[in-house]
Amino acid sequence: MKEYLILRIITKLLLPFILLFALYVQFHGDFGPGGGFQAGVIFAAGFILYAMVFGVQAAQRILPDGILRAGIAGGVLIYASVGVVSMLLGENYLNYSPLAQDSKEGQHLGIFLVELGVGITVASVMMTVFFTFSAWRED
Amino acid sequence: MEEAIDIILLALMCVTVIAIVVMRNLMAVVALGGIFSLLAASVFVLLDAVDVAFTEAAVGAGISTMLFVATLALTTRIEKRPVHTPVLPLFVVIVTGAVLIYGSLDMAHFGDPNATAMQHVSPYYLENTKKDTGVPNVVTAILASYRGYDTLGEVTVIFTAGIGVILLLGSWRRGLTPPPPHSDPREGEEEA
Repeated sequence: MKEYLILRIITKLLLPFILLFALYVQFHGDFGPGGGFQAGVIFAAGFILYAMVFGVQAAQRILPDGILRAGIAGGVLIYASVGVVSMLLGENYLNYSPLAQDSKEGQHLGIFLVELGVGITVASVMMTVFFTFSAWRED
Repeated sequence: MEEAIDIILLALMCVTVIAIVVMRNLMAVVALGGIFSLLAASVFVLLDAVDVAFTEAAVGAGISTMLFVATLALTTRIEKRPVHTPVLPLFVVIVTGAVLIYGSLDMAHFGDPNATAMQHVSPYYLENTKKDTGVPNVVTAILASYRGYDTLGEVTVIFTAGIGVILLLGSWRRGLTPPPPHSDPREGEEEA
């Protein structure tokens, strides 16, 4: 897609804002609308836009299959292990209160980690689906 | 004023759906699907469900439109003419729609404080979220903390979907099987 100069420049300009907005939605979900699910989707959409304009191979150089697959499993693992840690600290599974000294602090930390896990898994799955589909096309 | 906006949005949604049914150009249908999701997101905003609206806009109008476009690149852009008469599908759709409308007659009115859903756990969440978790957004507190099991299940569903795509279409298969044939709509007549 070398000839679409305007598209390439605008994509490069927009991309940092899209990714930054995804991170804002991810970490601001406690206070405003949003959370891990929406943030993961927006993050993936940014990368898919990059892949559409600059080619899938350029996007996969930044995020190769190995990292995406680690992300798919890693997000669920973060989520589930937060529950295991709270169990080891003597509370019910996925009760975040004992994660910090103060129960509210613990809830905050737990929600933060859990949403992070959701975001990582959702973003990785969405990008994997897109990259896999485009790989079939290039054959 | 709000009712007028509601009626306009719902009318636009109806027009979009009719256009989707009539159109044969699948790329246009995908674009209209995105527009439909965006209109639905606007309706959710009017219903004060911002978190749901956000999800609908990001997933429905954003990423699923992109994935549909990626899928269309693998198949064709023009829908084939159906070989069956549309009578039976139309009958099924009308009956299902009538049943759904009949079911909605029993639903509580919008914002009814005496509705069952408003009496059971909702007041507890609204009263205790700030005290229990210190999180201002009640929706996030319910999803991530009170209903943590459900969200873990949802993430597992997405995880399973990703694994399924990798297993069915992943790069490790490309050495094993030839890619699906790119069929032209005019060539594919004998399959239909």
